[in-house]
Amino acid sequence: MVIVDPAQAVIAQTVKHEWGRLYASLVKYLNDFDLAEEVLQEALVAALEHWPGEGVPASPRAWLLQTARRKAIDRIRRRRNFAAKAAELEVLLELERQEGEMTTDDTFPDERLKLVFTCCHPALGEQARVALTLRTLGGLTTTEIARAFLLPETTLAQRLVRAKRKIKAANIPYKVPDPDQWQERLSSVLAVIYLIFNEGYTATQGGSLTREELCGEAIRLGQLLTRLLQGEPEAAGLLALMLLHDSRREARVDGHGGYLTLEQQDRDRWDRGRIRAGITYLDTALSLRRPGPYQIQAAISAVHARAAAFADTDWHEITLLYDKLYELQPSPVIKLNAAVAHSFHRGAAAGLRALEQLQTELHRYQPYHAARADMLKRVGATEAAIEAYKSAIQLSSNQVERDYLERQLRKAAGRGGQS
Amino acid sequence: MHYALLIYQAEGLWEALSAAEQEALLGKHGALQEHTKQQGTFGAAVKLTPSATAITVNKEGGKVTVTDGPFSETKEVLAGFYVFQCDTLEQAIDYAERIPHIQAGKVEIRPIAFSDSRALLV
Repeated sequence: MVIVDPAQAVIAQTVKHEWGRLYASLVKYLNDFDLAEEVLQEALVAALEHWPGEGVPASPRAWLLQTARRKAIDRIRRRRNFAAKAAELEVLLELERQEGEMTTDDTFPDERLKLVFTCCHPALGEQARVALTLRTLGGLTTTEIARAFLLPETTLAQRLVRAKRKIKAANIPYKVPDPDQWQERLSSVLAVIYLIFNEGYTATQGGSLTREELCGEAIRLGQLLTRLLQGEPEAAGLLALMLLHDSRREARVDGHGGYLTLEQQDRDRWDRGRIRAGITYLDTALSLRRPGPYQIQAAISAVHARAAAFADTDWHEITLLYDKLYELQPSPVIKLNAAVAHSFHRGAAAGLRALEQLQTELHRYQPYHAARADMLKRVGATEAAIEAYKSAIQLSSNQVERDYLERQLRKAAGRGGQS
Repeated sequence: MHYALLIYQAEGLWEALSAAEQEALLGKHGALQEHTKQQGTFGAAVKLTPSATAITVNKEGGKVTVTDGPFSETKEVLAGFYVFQCDTLEQAIDYAERIPHIQAGKVEIRPIAFSDSRALLV
């Protein structure tokens, strides 16, 4: 029998909900990511020792912050005997000065915005940004992150060590960026969160459970950012996009783990709560009247979410939205998606004509061939459709996706055989 | 903290400029140096001769070989560098953005671990 101590449950909950906020505050005081992590861990150990006997304090997070700060003072004092660095002394003096001030829930500062901008600084590699954000803001352990990204734990740990070292060595500042750097830095933060979401959403290999946690974590980060950046429509746009995608997570796979397209999905299995939340955030974002790529992608997703059946989809609206998206982000991949929407709006032959101009740029891109195969099948060009499916299968790196394409290929071939 | 701002540019571009163009570019460099000297952040400014003058000293297993030419043949070569004293990386990025370029080029920022700059004062 497992006895769950209520104090332990509170600690576990505090770790999950407050880690990022505690961590962010500690980095602010200590100006040192490693030290912040060490003393926060120590404070949690202390909580495990004290709370069961003495009871859970009125404000667990204030208690943890206070304890972690005291641990930091001890550590810096001990270190000082060996090498007294001016910067460390300054930190120590400041910590000692603040020791008397008791932090309460009301005065508890929220420094997470600084933390997210530092962790997502473009001076760090993309993978380092992702790992660091999940570790510091999300409070995921190294083991959890490694498992979610299907990486050896040592690799992930190394990545974190190097990132933290670089922050220190290059003196990447702990602050919210200046206005002239704002857009670039914000887009880096949003990209990191979306990357975390997509890692959980698209990849179907490996333990799917840990993957789902990544989606949940990305949504939590998106909610945090939307709260902290209320005037930034793209933050809310990204959150809306993630919620709308996530509403279809269950419906995307059949009973055997096979992939289902929007057309094949059982729309009753879509999560209505997620859809409502997504549309609410999208409306908030759009009301600020500064459209951006995430808002438009969310708007496209919302058109699908609003359609009761695939046949009811407002393809005209979707085509317009893709045109708008292309204006902001001229990429052939967006043109490809626009061509698919076009094929449902004006017919497969029109879609194929739209695809023609993309051949040179996208002939090494699996979705291009898959989309083309589908349109060829729809216009009855079976032989060409089969060839296109084969090209798509060759370029696919994902087993679930390959299975799906092979099923489509067999269907097309079967239909060709009958006629 | 000191940062080195390493300027990489396509080989031969500087030499291909007219005297007037060279002068205009040097003027912009001069302005940056003036600006940072006033701010008290200027450390050093170094312009290298073309990479055709480069000599590579290779040390392997105790054996030293000297060869003609730069360490690696790339389209872009190290053309020169600045050293600035900056509070944070952001300031170094700001200076990097102010470095004038011939058409296009890259600036690599490297935090300096140790320096003894007497050699640059000659």
